[in-house]
Amino acid sequence: MRIESMSAYEFVIRIPHSAMPMNRTPILFLNVLVIATCGLIYELLAGTLASYVLGDSVTQFSLIIGIYLFALGAGAWLSGFIETELARKFIDVELGVAILGGLSAPLLFLSFAHLSYFQVILYGLVFAIGTLVGLEIPLLMRLLKDHLDFKELVSRVLAFDYVGALAASLLFPLFLVPKLGLVRTSLVFGILNAGVGLWSTWLMRPLIRGSVTGMRVRAVIVIALLAIGVIKADTLTSLAEDAMFADDIVYARTTHYQRIIVTRGRAGFQLFLNGNLQFSSADEYRYHEALVHPAMTLAGRAPRRVLVLGGGDGLAVREILKYPSIESVTLVDLDEEMTNLSRRFPPLAELNGRALEDLRVRVVNRDAMIWLEEPSEPYDAAIIDFPDPNTFALGKLYTTRFYRLLKARLAPGAGVSIQCTSPLFARTAFWCIIRTIEAAGFSVRPYQTAVPSFGVWGFALARVAPFDVPSRAPSNMHLRFLDDQAMSALFVLSVDLGPVPVEINRLDNQALVRYYEAEWRRYE
Amino acid sequence: MNDNQGKSKKAKVKASSLSRRELLAAFLGVPVALAACRSSAAPRFPEGRIVGASDAFGHRLRDGQRVEPPADAWQHVNVVIVGGGIAGLTAAWRLLKAGEEDFIVLELEPVPGGTSQSGSDSSIVPYPWGAHYLPAPMKENAALVELLDEMNVLEGRDADGEPIVAEQFLCRDPEERVFYKGRWYEGLYLHAGQNAVDVAQLAAFNREVDGWAAWRDRRGRRAFSIPIVTGSDDAEVTALDRITMDEWMKERGFNSPRLRWLVDYACRDDYGLTVEQTSAWAGLFYFASRMRVPGDEAQSLITWPEGNGHLVAHLYHKARTKVRLGLAASEIIPTGEGNGASVDVVALSSDGRNAVGFHAQKVIFAAPHFLTKYLIRPYRESAPPDVAEFQYGAWMVANLFLKDRPASVGFPLAWDNVLYESPSLGYVAATHQRGLDRGPTVFTYYYPLCDDDPRAARQRLLEADWKSWADVALTDLSRAHREIRSLTERLDVMRWGHAMIRPRPNFIWSGARRRAVEPFRSIHFAHTDLSGIALFEEAFDHGIRAAEEVSAAMAKN
Ligand SMILES: Cc1cc2nc3c(=O)[nH]c(=O)nc-3n(C[C@H](O)[C@H](O)[C@H](O)COP(=O)(O)OP(=O)(O)OC[C@H]3O[C@@H](n4cnc5c(N)ncnc54)[C@H](O)[C@@H]3O)c2cc1C
Repeated sequence: MRIESMSAYEFVIRIPHSAMPMNRTPILFLNVLVIATCGLIYELLAGTLASYVLGDSVTQFSLIIGIYLFALGAGAWLSGFIETELARKFIDVELGVAILGGLSAPLLFLSFAHLSYFQVILYGLVFAIGTLVGLEIPLLMRLLKDHLDFKELVSRVLAFDYVGALAASLLFPLFLVPKLGLVRTSLVFGILNAGVGLWSTWLMRPLIRGSVTGMRVRAVIVIALLAIGVIKADTLTSLAEDAMFADDIVYARTTHYQRIIVTRGRAGFQLFLNGNLQFSSADEYRYHEALVHPAMTLAGRAPRRVLVLGGGDGLAVREILKYPSIESVTLVDLDEEMTNLSRRFPPLAELNGRALEDLRVRVVNRDAMIWLEEPSEPYDAAIIDFPDPNTFALGKLYTTRFYRLLKARLAPGAGVSIQCTSPLFARTAFWCIIRTIEAAGFSVRPYQTAVPSFGVWGFALARVAPFDVPSRAPSNMHLRFLDDQAMSALFVLSVDLGPVPVEINRLDNQALVRYYEAEWRRYE
Repeated sequence: MNDNQGKSKKAKVKASSLSRRELLAAFLGVPVALAACRSSAAPRFPEGRIVGASDAFGHRLRDGQRVEPPADAWQHVNVVIVGGGIAGLTAAWRLLKAGEEDFIVLELEPVPGGTSQSGSDSSIVPYPWGAHYLPAPMKENAALVELLDEMNVLEGRDADGEPIVAEQFLCRDPEERVFYKGRWYEGLYLHAGQNAVDVAQLAAFNREVDGWAAWRDRRGRRAFSIPIVTGSDDAEVTALDRITMDEWMKERGFNSPRLRWLVDYACRDDYGLTVEQTSAWAGLFYFASRMRVPGDEAQSLITWPEGNGHLVAHLYHKARTKVRLGLAASEIIPTGEGNGASVDVVALSSDGRNAVGFHAQKVIFAAPHFLTKYLIRPYRESAPPDVAEFQYGAWMVANLFLKDRPASVGFPLAWDNVLYESPSLGYVAATHQRGLDRGPTVFTYYYPLCDDDPRAARQRLLEADWKSWADVALTDLSRAHREIRSLTERLDVMRWGHAMIRPRPNFIWSGARRRAVEPFRSIHFAHTDLSGIALFEEAFDHGIRAAEEVSAAMAKN
């Protein structure tokens, strides 16, 4: 892929008159090898990151390669305007590549947070790195020009260049990504680039007029900076998480409320909140169909107004919007950045069918408990999808007080479904939630289904008036998981999931958080 | 643990003239002061001010400045209630229930509530300036149950007829945590690192408390009951009032440091006294009065973000048209005898400009008891010796307005957050009960001055200016929260000169306070001071009692 760009070099070489001791030339070819490797690594990094974040790897890789090659050409062309002080300029270019290339991955990770700028930063960065890399080889060739004849020069430089490319393309998937992760790979190669710059102050000393101290200091500073990055990156959450999550992180951000992480792997992508898996795109349909449809069918008449508490990923809303009778959906989720992500982050927005853009959907970014204290029009159904109760702040969303507030917001006959953690891993916690909902004055039917990424997962179906469990799945909705039989099967609880004696979860005892902690600790 | 609190000798030095290191050493101890002053950089301060009671009015009274209202500024009223704290507002509430409409409540401050007042100028959450909780009452406390019913705090009765408090008013779990050597732990008693002796002594202490919770006198009265008039006056119980809590603990060999800390903390928290200064009766009262059945958990706590300011708001709302804020009684003059007895009250606006007079049949004196000798004319001339027995502790309360929560190592933020190694009581987070678990918050920081000599404590309190107190609070809290200075956007300080009555030995059962409850001519008394301990329930009870006395007496006439 670099043939076109390399052939362009032949036309832009202009020859300065400089002197270099012959014996250093072979080492200069090592420079070519290193910078060629670095150059390709940056390109691969950008391509990988772009396809992680934006999806559609064919488009992303082809865009990145196109922009990068074009930038190489631009760099080569620009090198023609450099007349004097070639060695000095070469070293400056190296340091520039070191900074931009070295920081490219961390910079791109950081800019995920601001998705609207992400593409601008991505393509801008690729172009800038490409331009600088494009300057390197022509400058080097001109520095070598006086010591080799043209034929030999071209053949050797190009040979080393392609060897470097091969090294990069082998190292990247086989060693660098699995062992170092994207962020450290980019920092380490930045250091290599800066190292070439520093080393060249000795190698090219005879070609440099005046003092080289300033250049060396600068190079050392750049190396130190990137090295700190490598060390710090280890303690920084993003890299720790790189190691923690099996797949690559494509989005990571600490919001005011939680740490949001999206990873992408072979099976699709996953959302983690504070390190806890919220869904995996491979099997979330099982979870969300089971969460939403039983409550929707319970409402009796066709539900018009539906409340969703938690569920900022928009996936429950996607299921709700399948009902033609829906007039409005109110989604209350604490974290604005989460609901924005669900709107704007392409893989998520696609998965939830752009549910949060639907005009019938109103997003309220408030604490659900405090929001519930304020009066509103009654709802025909409520879907409750909070993270598991692993903190006191979350535990309050599973208390009798909470369910009583909810009760006051429901229309007569309204159905409610609640995610209740795993009845297998956290059986006491599961039954604590069930009994708490009962204590708040609901009739409750526990149910469960298997979600491979989670295991056996538990829910509660509740209504103020007693009810029979639904036996019919909604038709004409192209559900992937629920049919009549699967619907009935939801309500079958095997012996090992059966009731256990529990305390009711109240604001003033937070029994649930303590059960949950004790049970999940066994699996950590 | 309080030897770092400069005793009276040190207190003679004016706090504002101390160097920063001396100031912090005096209020937080030498090691903290040295650590805090290690860096030469000037510490950061948020904005803020001293709020609340100005002493100007009190000084005017003490200096004997009196005014005579012009003849046309007098009016007739059946009852004048002096003081719009819990006791005075409760008396008003009770009078209204009895159908008495012709009365007036005089309150010196521009806000009602006295030491239970709260602040509401934060956009995040209202916050307390003093009292912040009320233990759930037992069914025997019928008047209080009635008040809480009226406020919709109760949602019914259990099988035993005990009131059930609605969940949202019970202190939300986690209630307490304690910071010790760099880490927060759940609960108030420090379990981490305890040894077998500590465990055994805690168990033995709990058995002692259980024993007192089970104790009944011949008339079937509990040893320690709320309000305390319903408890026993049997000699076996009152004997406890003659020794200090420290002596009581030593007699039983309780020397486990963490148990002693717990009891000392309880004394400082409830009474502003150390374990060495508190009457053993009062010390045991704290533990045993709130337990229905021996071995039970203590009664749950009822609280609101603004603390007992919520109760104040309700009582004030009921009697609002009767309350005159910013109008203080400056002189109370009983006149006539027998059936013709009445009482004149001269009141002064807090700026001292306007004087008005009331010809009343009855006065309910619901201001702190030490004021009787300045306000009641015959007392001014010769006060009963009992008045001098009423001694008061000084407290500093600071409210810190934070733009975000500080990080915590160990157990997460609770309602009450206590620093094991500090002479302060730590802080209460106002957002906790509101259910706000993220973002800005208000911390109420409590610091009792436990000097032996109450006047020395008061002097130290008042001589430290805003900046000194802000520095003390921030330096103290920075042990647990390094970033507290950068998170605090505002810090207001309240200096309570006469914060609460001190239940030191030989006060509660000496007879002084029982004599002080007796009406003096047409003046009836109602204030928590009359119980010898500062508690909502006691102030409430005295307010009810005084109102009933007055109603009964007027019905007779
Ligand atoms: C820092 C602090 C924390 C506390 N925490 C708690 C707690 O958590 N729980 C609890 O139960 N108790 C607590 N208390 C005790 C509290 O004092 C009582 O609960 C209760 O508020 C006492 O009410 P009171 O009406 O008897 O007295 P006060 O609150 O003293 O009310 C007396 C009123 O009289 C007014 N007054 C004074 N002079 C005059 C005058 N000349 N004319 C007119 N009015 C006058 C005063 O301004 C004041 O408003 C705390 C006290 C303090 C200081």
